[in-house]
Amino acid sequence: MTAAAATMARPNPLLSVLRKNTWTLGLIGFLGVLLFFTKLINPTYGATGVQNLGIAVLPLAFAAVGQAIVIISGGIDLSIGSTMALTSVISAALMKDQPGEVGVAVVLGVLLLGMLLGLVNGGVVVFTRVPDIVVTLAMSFVWAGCALLVLQRPGGGASDWLKALVAGALGSEWIPKSAVVMVVIVALIWIPVSRTRLGLSIYAIGSNRLAAFRSGVSVGGTRIVAYVLAGLFAALGGLSLTASTGIGTPVPGPYTLMSVAAVVLGGVSLAGGRGGVFGPIVGVMVLQIIRTDMTFLKVDSNLATVLQGAILIGVVMIGSLVEIRRARA
Amino acid sequence: MTSATSTPELHAATRRGGLRTLFRDRPIIPLIGLLALLVLVIQILRPEVINPGWVGVVIRAAVPLSILAACQTITFLTGGIDLSVGAVASMTGFFVATLVGHQGLAVAMAIALAIALLTGFVTGIGVGVFRVHPLIMTLGMSLVVLGFANVWQRIMVQTGAGVPPAFRWIGSGSLWDVIPANLLVWIPIAALVMFMLRRTGYGRQLYAIGDNPIASRLAGTRSWRVILILYMISALLAGIAGFMFSGFTNVANVNLVDNQVLPSVAAAVIGGTSIMGGRGGYGGTIVGALILTVLTSLLSALGFPEPVRQILFGSIIVAVAAAYTRVTAES
Repeated sequence: MTAAAATMARPNPLLSVLRKNTWTLGLIGFLGVLLFFTKLINPTYGATGVQNLGIAVLPLAFAAVGQAIVIISGGIDLSIGSTMALTSVISAALMKDQPGEVGVAVVLGVLLLGMLLGLVNGGVVVFTRVPDIVVTLAMSFVWAGCALLVLQRPGGGASDWLKALVAGALGSEWIPKSAVVMVVIVALIWIPVSRTRLGLSIYAIGSNRLAAFRSGVSVGGTRIVAYVLAGLFAALGGLSLTASTGIGTPVPGPYTLMSVAAVVLGGVSLAGGRGGVFGPIVGVMVLQIIRTDMTFLKVDSNLATVLQGAILIGVVMIGSLVEIRRARA
Repeated sequence: MTSATSTPELHAATRRGGLRTLFRDRPIIPLIGLLALLVLVIQILRPEVINPGWVGVVIRAAVPLSILAACQTITFLTGGIDLSVGAVASMTGFFVATLVGHQGLAVAMAIALAIALLTGFVTGIGVGVFRVHPLIMTLGMSLVVLGFANVWQRIMVQTGAGVPPAFRWIGSGSLWDVIPANLLVWIPIAALVMFMLRRTGYGRQLYAIGDNPIASRLAGTRSWRVILILYMISALLAGIAGFMFSGFTNVANVNLVDNQVLPSVAAAVIGGTSIMGGRGGYGGTIVGALILTVLTSLLSALGFPEPVRQILFGSIIVAVAAAYTRVTAES
């Protein structure tokens, strides 16, 4: 990237934005192709399909944003799926048959709880010095066990306003309300973070921990904050599970591993320090629409799983080939 | 580490530097102590549990887990991880159960292990040649394997499946009514893995790549070849573990071994193999797998409900790993 920038006589701001976001833009282009393809194989695909897409991607999109922040900071969070299950069952258990005002309090409380769970994850990682992959793996048992203590089987309920928040469209029928909610929430949380010293620190510790430490960044503190943010987004994911299904399910879904997949697809380097949170969101949409297309094409859903895995591997291979070539250049 | 020196046990360790070095170089000694402690706790709280039958049950459950944990140990040494072991092991057990009726046991096993080797080959190409992160590569491969196994399941739904009696005997039978039969398979495998890691040049290359990839490349290691073979060995071991799991549970299911992936990672970590690469060995992993199995037995003997068991299981893994990191941390 730096070599390419140096060859340019006068850096054009528009070009540099394009260059920094090549991967995300390419991914958006790919998403466009996929949507066009969907329309081609199923001419009735329209506004309803887009609305359903918006609702279907919501939980995984939040999970992917949380995962992206931790991975950018040079860590990984394998407890995101369990955190989502725990926050989802708690919100569903507390909101059942309660008035909307109670629901508001529950939502705020669950968001705080998510941050607390992230604080525990991050705190344990930093203070015990056990590798993050091991800690969050073990914590995933703990949070999943807590979720089973709250509700033994799927149950509970959701406030009507919460369900209405993610269903239907806003303005044009082509703009799903869930997508607006997601973009607004992610922008409200991530843009202020990424524009401040904190955001820079998150990228710095992911890029080169020693250099960041020597530049005066509090490495441990920043890692903990990254996990707290991941916990917050996991709680948002758990709430959107409750909102879209109307109940809470104590068994974690496939969100942990799928979030890692979406993050990588979204152009975030697993080594840390590179990428953003909007690429992974597009990655989630790509993964979901491939699944939808498979259903339209009446492909065996199991072959769809094969294809998802193959696409994941293929994309990452291309990504690492690019990186190998960049390293040689 | 200045804050850590205030804790009494570390204080003692620094005073007697020999003990700490011993723990670092021979992690198996404190681990065996922990295992003995767990057995002692069971003996005190539930004296009726421990008898020769209980020992047999623990070993029968620990052996397949320790083979899966061998996959994690050898891949950890290079700084990798193999999350596809669950899908591969479930697949081989399931394939044999569906094929054995038509093809006979030997052919069915050969086909299943060949598919496992092919999976490992693809993973190895991805990790070794294309330098895809092992976490992602094995994750993607497990989706691919699981998907194909499901397709196969749909094709085979008419013919039905049955775990071959030989597997049932290996997985849950015993020799002379005392010795678990799966030790017959496990002892040669464990001996081969330990021999490979300690006595062969290939084993040293695994440590070298994990310890310092650049230095090992400059020293002439063709790391892509080492890694390709590594993931093929890992897939083969996972395939054999799959036979034992299906025999142990008498179930042929494409998701059978999925819930053992995280315990296999935990066993290797508790056993003192560094997930960052370059440090560890299989001896510790075996004790780690035994500790996890005894721990599960303890938690169920105490009559805790499943959720509480999960919570304790996770907490204890963190606690053991933390204590271990504390003791062996380089200052």
